[in-house]
Amino acid sequence: MSTQTHATPGASDADADATEGRVYNVAGGDWDELVANDEDRGQNEQIVVNMGPQHPSTHGVLRLVLTLEGETVTDIRASIGYLHTGIEKNLEYRTWTQGTTFVTRADYLTPIFNETAFCLSVERLLGIEDKLPERAKLIRVLLLELNRIASHLGGIGPFGLELGATTIFLQGVRMRENVLDLFELITGLRMNHAFIRPGGVAQDLPAGGIEAIRDFLRKAPGWIHDLRTLIDANPVFRARTQGIAYLDLEGCMALSVTGPILRATGLPWDLRKSQPYLDYETYEFDVPTVDTCDTYGRYLVRMAEMEQSLRIIEQCLDRLADRANVPNDPWLIQDAKIGWPARLSLGPDGLGPSPEHIAHIMGQSMEALIHHFKLVTEGFRVPAGQAYVPIESPKGEIGCHVVSDGGTRPYRAHLRDPSFHHLQAVSLMCEGGNLADVIPAIASIDPVIGGVDR
Amino acid sequence: MTQPPPGGSSGGEPPAEENESLPARLGEERLAAPVVRTGMFGVEGTPDTSGYGGLQVLTPPPLASEPPYGGYFDAVAQALGAALSAEGSGFGEAVERVVVDRGELTFHVRREHLLAVADKMLHDPALRFEIFSGVSGVHYPKETGRELHAVYHLVSITHNRRVRLEVSAPDADPHVPSVTSVYPGANWHERETWDFFGIIFDGHPALTRIEMPDDWLGHPGRKDYPLGGIPVEYRGTKVPPPDERRSYS
Repeated sequence: MSTQTHATPGASDADADATEGRVYNVAGGDWDELVANDEDRGQNEQIVVNMGPQHPSTHGVLRLVLTLEGETVTDIRASIGYLHTGIEKNLEYRTWTQGTTFVTRADYLTPIFNETAFCLSVERLLGIEDKLPERAKLIRVLLLELNRIASHLGGIGPFGLELGATTIFLQGVRMRENVLDLFELITGLRMNHAFIRPGGVAQDLPAGGIEAIRDFLRKAPGWIHDLRTLIDANPVFRARTQGIAYLDLEGCMALSVTGPILRATGLPWDLRKSQPYLDYETYEFDVPTVDTCDTYGRYLVRMAEMEQSLRIIEQCLDRLADRANVPNDPWLIQDAKIGWPARLSLGPDGLGPSPEHIAHIMGQSMEALIHHFKLVTEGFRVPAGQAYVPIESPKGEIGCHVVSDGGTRPYRAHLRDPSFHHLQAVSLMCEGGNLADVIPAIASIDPVIGGVDR
Repeated sequence: MTQPPPGGSSGGEPPAEENESLPARLGEERLAAPVVRTGMFGVEGTPDTSGYGGLQVLTPPPLASEPPYGGYFDAVAQALGAALSAEGSGFGEAVERVVVDRGELTFHVRREHLLAVADKMLHDPALRFEIFSGVSGVHYPKETGRELHAVYHLVSITHNRRVRLEVSAPDADPHVPSVTSVYPGANWHERETWDFFGIIFDGHPALTRIEMPDDWLGHPGRKDYPLGGIPVEYRGTKVPPPDERRSYS
């Protein structure tokens, strides 16, 4: 028996089979003999491999159960839920304003998108969509597009790392770091901002904010160019991505896939163009598409979208500059029943109500104190009903289905997260392909488990 | 409208009934509506002499819109009606209520007709809602006989339209047909809704838990499922867990 010669000495064949299946003991690297003697094995053998939940290439705690025949993936199942934190349930016990602090933590690479999706739905319920201050909309669009760049870089950089290219990762992270610095300057935080509020934004752009963004705009095209010269024509990158994880328009339609995956099939479906929100119809930008339907195409779409985002940011800055002389230009709705009463300011111990506001409510006006107290502790009431206002996140359609019973807390809030939806497409992309191609396939979906599990 | 007749044949046009009612009768119905909340400050059992303790807020009456719905909503309703009549069942039979609220169109579909409606929504050339945006479960423990709702959002790329379908099922019989045979993308969303709300989607290929561990008991999204939490001490003050804090609604 050929197997006996390879079995561990001392252990009987039956024992080895019972404990480990079959034990191979190859000393001296004589693989040829092993292969020749064991040719029939592995032909019709299926191996189930558990990839994750702790695997560096799965973008977080994603677990993949792979069935392999040799190196071919015959079956792939994504198992999620390892990062479920009950964000939606928690929202039901907080006020509408506090809700943004929770949704921002869902997909932590697109915090501004989560907040905006939530706030737009709440604003529709409140019926204040057309009362949003112009400045609030401009700041929102500005932050959304900055966040789009940061998210795409957070997808492309680690993508390179997963394929073994440290330089791509470092270049991507370096540029993303600059976006996060801008976020820190504007919102006070690098992530989990809770900056977008129902009715507007928490704060105006700080002094020097516009100059910092202009400075970023000057440098960003060079960084993107560096990345593109590094990746676009890179033979290794192309070999690992071209024709990999193929999902054409038919597949996208069957699985209701949106975002860059859909645009990489050639369909220019972008909610910013087709169902505009926040006055996106007034901005000049293109919807980049390619028709390769593969991982490489999705990368190209993301790169081109970053360039378009820079265009939109530039237009935002121009419009903000036009409004620079508007006196008392509000960034929060001028409705005392909804807008947060306190103006924020940066003190020695962090961001908090401005000293003028504290002096006003504590020393001058009893009514202002009551008003502040009621609005901050109790919150505002939202008329009963339901709303769903989706927006185009870097990953596809994100929306928040909010239901109100007329109270001060959401009756139900449900985040429709594109990462969650698109992970369903993993089996369509990977089955029949090589094991090594699973990594670029997952990376091309760009899932973030915080959003998948919420 | 305290309670719609379960499976009643006249459910097709409840708004018409409402209009014919005398104002006095409407008032009685209004008073008989379930109480959403009592009091004002979320405190119970205290000797509240403010008078607010006896305050009762009733469930708002269910919305129902009548044609014309405005915009493309009429075209969608007509196309769906035409497609359903071709199959033998009428629009009023499948859709118990149409709601146009805040610029969004909602069809409240009777659950036994959900699959047929979804099929028409996707395949009828005048409808063509290709993108299935997701399922969101909502639990209304006070709506007796229709406690569990599943809300579907659909998008049509062809016509650039949006529509919402809503079905309800009683807690005692939490079954809703699965739409995965029409929209394969609904797979995980239905699993999630089962996981969190206990709605059983009949015909789903593998209705298992998705977010919670496989051996979890209960459905955490439901209103009767506690949030949980422990009091936290911060600078000498104890903050109670969120579900025990004062609620104003």
